[in-house]
Amino acid sequence: MTLTIREALLAFRRAPLLSALSVTTIAFALFVVGLFGLVAVNLRDALSQVAERVEIVAYLLPGTPSETVTLALKDIESFPEVSAATYVSEDQALARARAELVEFRDVLQELERNPLPASIEVKVKAGYRDADHVSAVADRLRGFPFVDDVRFGRDWVEKLDRLQQLAGGVGLIVGAAFAAVAVIIIGTTIRMAVLQRAREIAIMRLVGATDGFIRFPFLLQGAIKGLLGGGLAVGLCYGAWYLIDAHLIHALFFTAPQALAIVGFGTLIGLLGSASSVGRHLQRV
Amino acid sequence: MIKFTNVFKAFPKGGLALKDVSFHVAKGEFAFLTGHSGAGKSTVLKLVYAAEQPTSGEVRVSGFAVAELSRREIPRLRRRLGIVFQDFRLLEDRTAEENVAFALEVTGARRAAIPARVMRVLTQVGLAAKAQAYPHELSGGEQQRVAIARALVNEPTVLLADEPTGNLDERATRGVFQLLRDINASGTAVVMATHDLDLVRQAPHRVLELQEGALVYDSAVDEPKGEGGAAS
Repeated sequence: MTLTIREALLAFRRAPLLSALSVTTIAFALFVVGLFGLVAVNLRDALSQVAERVEIVAYLLPGTPSETVTLALKDIESFPEVSAATYVSEDQALARARAELVEFRDVLQELERNPLPASIEVKVKAGYRDADHVSAVADRLRGFPFVDDVRFGRDWVEKLDRLQQLAGGVGLIVGAAFAAVAVIIIGTTIRMAVLQRAREIAIMRLVGATDGFIRFPFLLQGAIKGLLGGGLAVGLCYGAWYLIDAHLIHALFFTAPQALAIVGFGTLIGLLGSASSVGRHLQRV
Repeated sequence: MIKFTNVFKAFPKGGLALKDVSFHVAKGEFAFLTGHSGAGKSTVLKLVYAAEQPTSGEVRVSGFAVAELSRREIPRLRRRLGIVFQDFRLLEDRTAEENVAFALEVTGARRAAIPARVMRVLTQVGLAAKAQAYPHELSGGEQQRVAIARALVNEPTVLLADEPTGNLDERATRGVFQLLRDINASGTAVVMATHDLDLVRQAPHRVLELQEGALVYDSAVDEPKGEGGAAS
């Protein structure tokens, strides 16, 4: 065991250039994946911020008694899709209109009677902010006898819905393509390392080394290269993020589990890449 | 020890490399394998160390039936053999000592015992003083001695040598050949493939001669032949 680890580490010292090259190649391949991941993370964050504004407003018939409203609020809040339901009385609506619609302040001042209806504003939980769920909630609200009308900006929600689906689909395809490219590049890099030691492998087999004995240092080496490359890739991503965040726009960086996932992905590809390269090579000697 | 029975070996593109080869090399014997390039000498040796499998016939080496060996079992066979090549096959980035130790390490020998065993074989081949030298710092003859030390360090029952003197000048050739004979004298069987007929004539050893894949002469069985025979 100690010999295996020593052999694996010796390879870095014996071929420092090739080892450094492998680590850098892995790092850059994963850096591209990571940059794409950063875009995806930030896009998702931006979309979810927009989606938070998805709100359904149920306008109430004039003269709805407050006990009815209180009961209805409880009922609505128990909907699985709903995160909060708030009652806005006629007076509150008018006060808000006065505050928000500054241009109409004069008109609003002169009113003799408040024309604004009371309403219930319903916020939808994340995960239910798509057109189907939102209209289902709206339909249920329409079912209350004291509800006059329900509005939720159907067009807007549908567009947001499509945008989220598009972002998800494109993200999946492009992400998978980048990951595949990274796998191929890393696999080739490791294959080079195996070929560079083909002579050594042949000699090991001649003196009676088992396949497992030959394979293990390569697997360990591949995993170490993947780990270093992954770490370097996260570092490069951090650098890129830092520059963008400081000079262009405020952006999010990966959470710790996401960063670890990139390093883990690198390690895994390194391990699998060397397993397949050595395996294929051993079949031929 | 090594027994070939009606062995045929065909390569997918190279035609028939061995045709109906049968012979037996006993424990402790020294046998020359002679013949022109392409006569099948290397193929015979490859069958012995299980780098190739017979197309038909049986190859038995120190209790193993080569045709039935699984990939897992091949290392076990090879640990009982020592193999030496014309091109030495040393690792250039390791010293003589490390090259020899390497053969022990890969077979999982006890770490503490390795240095002493390495020095013993290096002494046996006369290279103890150059243990720290890298292959490129050694002459051809010395490199071949390192390779022989590496082959010996696992205490094999058979030493296979494929043209071990093919890259050496006359003086180095004599030295290496004498070393192989010494090794044989201490009980290890040696099978040496060579086309150096001078060397073959010098020594009173068993001779197996191959011609286009067929065993045309075996000094243990045949009378010395007038023509084509190695003893001529």
